[in-house]
Amino acid sequence: MLEIPVYRWGKPYESIEKADVVHFETGEVLAKVHQANAGQLAMDMRHAKRARDLLRQFSIDQLIEMTAKAADYYLNGTLPLGNGTQTPADFCRMQSATTGLPEHMCAANMKKNYFVLTHMREVLEALTRGLPLEILTKGYGMESRGVMLSYQANSPVLGMVLPSNSPGVHTLWMPVIPLQIGLVLKPGPQEPWTPYRMTEAFFKAGVPRETISLYPGGGDVGAGVIEHCPRTMIFGGQATIDRYHGNPRVQAHGPGFSKMILGDDEADNWEQYIDLMADSVVMNSGRGCINCSGVWSPRHGKEIADALAKRLGPIAPLPMTDPNAKLAAFTVPGVAEGVSNQIDEGIKSSGGTITEVTEKYRGGPRLVKQERCDYLRPTVLHCTSSDLELSRAEYMYPFVTVVDCPQNEMLKRMGQTLVCSAITKDPKWSQELLDATTIDRLNIGPLKTIALNWLQPHEGNIIDFLFRNRAFQNSPPPPH
Amino acid sequence: MLTKFTGDLASKVKQAQDQLDAHVYETIQWHFSESTGCPFWLQKKKELKFDPLTEVKNFHDLQKFPEFEDEWLRGGPVTRWLPKGLEGKPAYVFETGGTTGIPKSRLVIEDHWIDYENFSDTLPDESFPRGSNWLMLGPSGPRRLRLAVEHLAQYRGGICFCVDLDPRWVVKLLKKGDIAGVKAYADHVIDQAVTILTAGHDIKCAFATPKLLEALALKLMDKGTSIEEVGIKGIFAGGTEFTPQWYRFCCEELLGPNVYITPTYGNTLMGLACGKPFDPADNYKITYHAPQPRAVIEVVTFDDYNKVVGYGETGRVKLTTLTKELFVPGFMERDEGEREKPHDKYPWDGISGTRPFHVFAKTTTVGVY
Repeated sequence: MLEIPVYRWGKPYESIEKADVVHFETGEVLAKVHQANAGQLAMDMRHAKRARDLLRQFSIDQLIEMTAKAADYYLNGTLPLGNGTQTPADFCRMQSATTGLPEHMCAANMKKNYFVLTHMREVLEALTRGLPLEILTKGYGMESRGVMLSYQANSPVLGMVLPSNSPGVHTLWMPVIPLQIGLVLKPGPQEPWTPYRMTEAFFKAGVPRETISLYPGGGDVGAGVIEHCPRTMIFGGQATIDRYHGNPRVQAHGPGFSKMILGDDEADNWEQYIDLMADSVVMNSGRGCINCSGVWSPRHGKEIADALAKRLGPIAPLPMTDPNAKLAAFTVPGVAEGVSNQIDEGIKSSGGTITEVTEKYRGGPRLVKQERCDYLRPTVLHCTSSDLELSRAEYMYPFVTVVDCPQNEMLKRMGQTLVCSAITKDPKWSQELLDATTIDRLNIGPLKTIALNWLQPHEGNIIDFLFRNRAFQNSPPPPH
Repeated sequence: MLTKFTGDLASKVKQAQDQLDAHVYETIQWHFSESTGCPFWLQKKKELKFDPLTEVKNFHDLQKFPEFEDEWLRGGPVTRWLPKGLEGKPAYVFETGGTTGIPKSRLVIEDHWIDYENFSDTLPDESFPRGSNWLMLGPSGPRRLRLAVEHLAQYRGGICFCVDLDPRWVVKLLKKGDIAGVKAYADHVIDQAVTILTAGHDIKCAFATPKLLEALALKLMDKGTSIEEVGIKGIFAGGTEFTPQWYRFCCEELLGPNVYITPTYGNTLMGLACGKPFDPADNYKITYHAPQPRAVIEVVTFDDYNKVVGYGETGRVKLTTLTKELFVPGFMERDEGEREKPHDKYPWDGISGTRPFHVFAKTTTVGVY
């Protein structure tokens, strides 16, 4: 049996408590993951500073090189995993078997991580706006334009409370080690694979073991990460986002409510953008916060919904190994049924303002129940009003609402939006969108919501989260 | 059950069972006789379809009683639980829960003293030196634990130093998601403990909950000292958070080899169940045995609370209290665990792996202190 230990600053620790990681289709136990307790984390965090000290023995340039090597090991290597080893194919198989994501999507996520890891220099240059990177190491330095700058790390380590259901999020913590900040990771119970594989890849590439801890465990461990790490990224639902809103120690990532919106000037050309919309909804089985969950248009909503439904409705579950599989499975019992019921109730109570358009193209029910998992088939709703909560909903599968809304009402009504792809050439409206603080990532033009440029910040710049730009002087300022 | 054991243990098991049956008979006679029983049970007797005085002769016969309802313990007058045979004695009332609504309460005269005196007999003197002072690092207010630990200290010839800790306030903070408030309150409690421990009171023994003990040990380490260095030799701790992994972590990393810790499992209704003596071969597995015959723990199936699970199997905790002050047949606890075999020191069933009952676990706030 594959057993995966806790890593306490790189040192394996075998716990008395172990949690089974189970194949969602067969029930087979794929691994036993040793469980940490919160006290261990509290104890270990007393040595957090050592992680940054060790990483600062290397230059950021050297760590970028190690990161590129780690990328290769991660994508292509056979790496240690607990008391066994893991090939890239094993990784995809295991990740698929526990998260319900089709294997080809797991492989695509590996490539995405690889891309970010191998482009780390560009990523850091972009995120630091060209800052000489030794300033982050040393704490201060002179910019080429002759200005003294100082950046101070807010924390020697970054805590990560990782999710089980969305392997796509791991790109967010890839820049941390090259930034000479240690990692304290709490893997998602069903997705220990990426954190362990990346960690082993970093170790093999020469990153000191004492710079990364992995604490699989229960809710107390997650709470411990947040309590003891001065900076933590967490993933959760809207309640989690609300709980940590305004807390400078915690960056919470959750639903994105990402949208494509059509301006008055482009609404009549909607047919040109249907493929963009469909891809934005369905890629990665609609699980990501960057997947489009709403298409807002001042006109032609009914036709847009119908065209989307025609493309998405026929998509049905396929085996996880099928390269054409587009749907991920819901592996937690009752979740898919609960979501489906919620949608039905929302439609029923909408007084006719919300209708499901996919039904006629689906040839079967939305909820597909199987012996050990469930699926939800793509769902397109047409909303003639944006008053009801369902018109702004997001679910973790290809679900999209097409909302009729006048252009001048959209910003007011559509709420918080992680990625907004606005299809318009109207300069006045474009400026309004640029000024809207409810939008995080703004695309103006025909761009998929899922088409991220890694040189752009995502839900806040990680440099600003991890470092504090403060004043530093070692000579008197010019007289004034 | 008796046929499963052989030799000396079998005879001890039989002896314990006989003693329990006799104790049950005696307890029933006391609580259901007009001259000694309490108003609650005398009234309840009229609703029963059997006569406890003549039809309950052993422990098994207790199954004739309907399931004991939590609600019967809420509200007043609390004297409905006072047996006539004990009228006139000074009484205490202890509460459980109570974050919202009316808490469950139990009237006590001397049971908490008796329970903890019995528990005292199980403590090794080398780790809990007689005459030494104690720290009570647990809930205060209307809780039995505070007075019980204080009595334990006095019974062993010492003085007990206590902290202020209101667990209901902590639950309120947790329910509104005020994690910073919880942390600040925990710091406030630990500060009190550190002050006591570093004020020259010669404290060698302590009760603590796992969370507080952990926080105390870490705080002392931050101050460059340790539980051992401040003079503590023996600790008993309790709660479902006292897991085997935590036990090991505590022994190996928080306390070190020279501080003894023993797990206990208890509540206001039962008293205190002791842990089976530590055996390295158990790999920190924790097995509790109820203080029979005054209280009995059974591990019963989830669908039939009168059916005990097999040894090693999982079930819900069913508690029966059989003292002169309180009779509670078959109270369904909010915990579950695995049934364990009798032990030479405690020749009756035990329970291991205690944890919140899985049906309630998602909605229960546990381990707040």
